[in-house]
Order: sequence, then structure tokens, then C-alpha cells
Amino acid sequence: MDGVHDLGGMQGFGPVERERDEPVFHAAWEAGVLAMQRAGRGRGCFNIDEFRHGIERMNPGHYLRATYYEKWLDGIARLFVEKGVVSADDLAARTAFFGEHPEAPATAAVRGPLPPRVPFNPALVENVVRETGARPRYAPGDPVVTRSFHPHGHTRLPRYARGKRGVVFRYHGVHVFPDANAHGQGEQPQPLYSVRFDAAELWGESAEANQRVHIDLWESYLLPGSRRDG
Amino acid sequence: MGKNHPNVDPYVVSRVRALESLLLEKGILAPDAVDRVVQRYESDTGPMIGARAVARAWTDAGYRHLLLEDARAALGAFGLDYAMLMVVENTPAVHNLVVCTLCSCYPWPVLGLPPTWYKMPAYRSRAVSEPRKLLSEMGLEVAESRELRVWDSSAEMRYMVLPRRPAGTEGLGEDDLVPLITRDALIGVAEVAPAAAARR
Repeated sequence: MDGVHDLGGMQGFGPVERERDEPVFHAAWEAGVLAMQRAGRGRGCFNIDEFRHGIERMNPGHYLRATYYEKWLDGIARLFVEKGVVSADDLAARTAFFGEHPEAPATAAVRGPLPPRVPFNPALVENVVRETGARPRYAPGDPVVTRSFHPHGHTRLPRYARGKRGVVFRYHGVHVFPDANAHGQGEQPQPLYSVRFDAAELWGESAEANQRVHIDLWESYLLPGSRRDG
Repeated sequence: MGKNHPNVDPYVVSRVRALESLLLEKGILAPDAVDRVVQRYESDTGPMIGARAVARAWTDAGYRHLLLEDARAALGAFGLDYAMLMVVENTPAVHNLVVCTLCSCYPWPVLGLPPTWYKMPAYRSRAVSEPRKLLSEMGLEVAESRELRVWDSSAEMRYMVLPRRPAGTEGLGEDDLVPLITRDALIGVAEVAPAAAARR
């Protein structure tokens, strides 16, 4: 989707602000969000592509104001509710409870003994390469053109790189396709490539000199280019 | 905490605790999961493995070749099995820079959790469209004679930069080199400073 998350080439955000001696976590709750995201993925509640799309569906104004872990919280809360793991009413009621009891630990609201845990599968968190036997259509050095589209769903072809000419730099193997996997359509693995673009192709007259961008793109994002273009 | 971390709405903290309590009840969240995350990322991981791999590559040509051609095999030397990493080498002709414009993808197993600036719109928006200007503002001048090669981490592949070994470090061994190698150099927003400057 052409959301606010797709930031490449946007202007107006000012200089990069670096924090001196930045801590790993700025507050204890941030680690809680990270732990819940990991648990949700490793226990099969949602996959990485659904998670990313969950964040992309945030209110755009909120997205820009929110800190990183607030974005994550928004994304995982949306998914745990959509997937039926927790109910929106329970989440609202518990949130109100902790608003009234700001010092209470999470366990203060837990009812009854804890159930046995769903098994954690690390493969669900880490592995996206699939040995399907699919043969790559393109080889390093081949000219390609990226497709031009504006899907309402999830995609990893950034807006700034659509309809652009590039050259295949490297073949990465067959990877789970996020545009399908984010929408309950299965993994539909495809060949993935590193594609090299000249900055002038991406940014026209505004491009800096002697610059390239390499983007990892799935085969269905690409059309054959011509040698002359490449 | 600076502009990137204004005081967070108490509602956020309440909502986190609420979700934790519900996921504990459902058997999704382990009671010690949050403590383990803190332990793992505050104590056990950081840019250390990335820095060690670079220091070894600088002192061992065979290892350098392996790191660039098969990072998974090379990182096995440090007890890490990380299949998704590509290491890209800075040379007199090329400077590499890593970003994720669509979210904040970053090679956690070798660099730890990303700094806040890496995840904020200013860096993500500008790294692909005006990287030389951005780097100059961040204190790194990259000559126009060098190709500026930006890696936008749009899939599950992750990128780490193999920086150039600075002058004045010829006599140093692997262990002495490690502390010179900063996280920022492994992202590509800095070079590794010469040993004398790093000691100051």
C-alpha cells in the first residue's frame, strides 16, 4: 500500500538526530513489546509480513509521531485481536485496569493458573528461504524494469523504485513472497534478486553523482528490460 | 530522552501490561519472556560479533574472503548460525551504506538492536535519495570519485559493511582492533577512526 511507512525519497524530516550513549531500551515496557512480538510469531499467531502490514495500517499521523516500539505495539495489538487471540473488549478493560493501577505488574490481572504454553517454533521466526526447485528467470547482469502498480495491500517494492530500469546484481534464492503471505494467501515463494539502480534513474535531475541503490526484489516485481536501457 | 523519545503516554504503558496479562493467560507469552529479552539484548548481543568478524577479516585474508562470499560460514566461527547476512566491502572505489526505507530491517544477530535514528523518518527517507549530503551532515565526507552504494533492506536479506582498515593500525592484532570498530562504521555512516584518534 502507498502508506506513510514507504519513506524512501520523502522530504521534510530534517536532519538525523543521534542520541549520545543511547540505551538498548528507553523504558521497561519496550522489552515487553519485543517479547510479545517474538512470542506471537514463534507461536504461529502471525507471520513477519502480517506484522509489517499491521504497522503499515496505522493511522498515518500516529505513525509519524509514534516511537518505534509504539508502532510495534499498535501492530501486534491489531493482529492479536484480528487473529482472535485476544478480544478487543478484554484488551480495553485490562488497559483501563492498569490505567487505574499503574504500579501493578502484568500478572496482577491474570485470572486462574497459567495454561501450558503453545510450543515455540524458532523456524517460524527466522527462516524464509524455500527450496521449491523454482528456477530464476533472470541472471546477474540482466536488465530489468520494475512494475508500476499501487496495490492496496502489502508490498515490498518501494514507491520510489516502481517503473524503473535496473540491472540484476545477485540472485538470493527462493524466498517467501510477502505480498501473498501478509494476506493469508500462503507463502507463494519466488526467486529474489538484488537489483541495482542508478540514482539518476530513480531521482532524475536531482540525483547525486556516482550513486547507486541496491534493492532486494521478488521476481514478480520485475519485467525484462532491454540491453540498450541497461 | 530527546525529541525521538518524548515522555510516553501512560496509556501506552497500560496497554502493554494489559496485552502481556492476556497473552500470559492464553499461553502465548512465557512468564520470563520479558526478562529474557532484556538479558539477551542488553547483555548478550551488541555490535560485538560484527566487530569481531571485521577485525578477523582485516588480519586474515582467507577469513575476509569467506566473510564476503559466505557470511553464514564465516560467522560460524563465532558460534552464530545466521543465514541471511551479506557483508559488503568498502574499497577506495566504493562506499556502502545500509538502510531500510519501508520499516527498520537491521542485522540484529551481528549488530544488536538498531539505534533510534536508524528507525526514524529522517534517515529512512534521505539515505536513498541524498546519501552523500546526509553522510556529510553526520560527519562523513565521501568523495564523489567513490561510488556511494546504498543497500535498501526490502526483503529478509540483511547487510553489514566491511569498513576499510584505518592507517596506523598495521601493528595491531585482532583483539586490539575490535574496540576500534563502531556500530556506525558497520552501518556505513562512519569510517573506522585511526587508532590514535580512537584512543583519545
